[in-house]
Amino acid sequence: MEISENEFFGYEREEGVGTRNYVAILPSVVCANEVARIIEERVENSRAFLHHQGCIQLGKDLEMTFRALVGFGRNPNCHSVLVVSLGCEAIDAEKLADEIAKSGKRVELVRIQEEGGTLKAIEKGVRIVRKMAEEAGKEKRRSFDVSELTVGIKCGASDTTSGIASNPVTGYAADLLVERGARVIIGETTEIIGAEHILAKRAKDKEVAKKLLEAVQMMEREAEKMGVDLRGSQPTPGNIKGGLTTIEEKSLGAILKGGTSELREVIEYAEIPKERGLIVMNSPGREVEVVSGFMASGAQLVVFSTGLGAPFGLPVVPVMKVTGNPRTALEKADDIDVDVSRILRGEESIQEAGKRIYNEILEVSSGKPVKAEILGYRFVDIWRIGPTL
Amino acid sequence: MRIKAIKMNEKDNVATAIDDIESGEVIGVKNEETFEIQVLQRIPFGHKIALKDISRGENIIKYGEVIGRATEDIKKGEHVHVHNVESLRGRGDLRK
Repeated sequence: MEISENEFFGYEREEGVGTRNYVAILPSVVCANEVARIIEERVENSRAFLHHQGCIQLGKDLEMTFRALVGFGRNPNCHSVLVVSLGCEAIDAEKLADEIAKSGKRVELVRIQEEGGTLKAIEKGVRIVRKMAEEAGKEKRRSFDVSELTVGIKCGASDTTSGIASNPVTGYAADLLVERGARVIIGETTEIIGAEHILAKRAKDKEVAKKLLEAVQMMEREAEKMGVDLRGSQPTPGNIKGGLTTIEEKSLGAILKGGTSELREVIEYAEIPKERGLIVMNSPGREVEVVSGFMASGAQLVVFSTGLGAPFGLPVVPVMKVTGNPRTALEKADDIDVDVSRILRGEESIQEAGKRIYNEILEVSSGKPVKAEILGYRFVDIWRIGPTL
Repeated sequence: MRIKAIKMNEKDNVATAIDDIESGEVIGVKNEETFEIQVLQRIPFGHKIALKDISRGENIIKYGEVIGRATEDIKKGEHVHVHNVESLRGRGDLRK
């Protein structure tokens, strides 16, 4: 399979283009996780989204969980979806299935209580999912323009090499994607604290700038409410060991990963962007929630820039690891997809390495597995803003 | 003289070590042009070195931007990190 500069080979969907082709098993609530997991074990090419929310939540918190679950199911990397419900949870499972079905894909629903318990629900679920997997197996990849891609970019387990090498390089690749009409989403509002003035200057208009500044201010206030120095958590102990001294330093390095293009839109967590180009998703700094949010917002691929190395992956979306730390590249080679550490020694330019990342994005979008997929990492978590009541 | 640190922006008063640096070592710092500095303390890979004398209360500049404030006088060549720099943001501890 040959890859030209601006195309990748993906799966056509009624809504978007998939870089992967899985049957999704989506618990509507944490209580349905075990049934979903066992169905996944029985059927090849199915992926369970094991998360911890879906009940005893209120208002905006519950809305956010619902939005994230719909987004997971609608993600173009899912060929079809089985929703597994317990039957008494706060999430309206029927509405969830209906919302996902609006994307044009096949959606079925199994309720554990209605089926008569665990074993019967598993049996019914396996029968549905194996049929879906058969259908999914008939799909073939074909060529699509790079503008069909939505790429989430996150940095995690950062050290000072992130700001010098892996983030600027990822940012260069982000600029290439944006110039070619693709969409790039960055998140981690906490890690914009101290760098918000730079991003706000690049906003499309005053409204977008205002939304960004308000999101950052809100996150800083939430942190201050705890009555302690944010440094107890941000930078993390690992960041500090790696040489990052303050949240400002971390943020100034972190925003480089999104490149230099105009900021087109600020979206809420798990919201589907309207604009193309560079998007900021309001989200916390913890990677599992942020990257799950990207998946809900339609990202078909995530680039993860890391200093110290973080082994992490999603159920249906490849998470590609990039490091600028030569020691991490060497010692944690099992988890790292692209090594850009030669930049530190001036042996490779940011542009050259950025082009490599861009090409790797197209390769991975066309089916090349990333390390996290090979090792079977399939994490999901949904950001929670309300208490468990 | 080996290049062992990078200065990210002309305005910066700190550089980032790209190797472990021993106390007393004279190293090259890469910017537009490479220059020399004698390092006064052991600096681990990834940590920062003061490029000039910084007074208590003065801003620490990296990427041409403020990354925090010195909590004590820092000499040129000394280690710059959490022991002598405080953040100006997210300071719930300073709130009443």
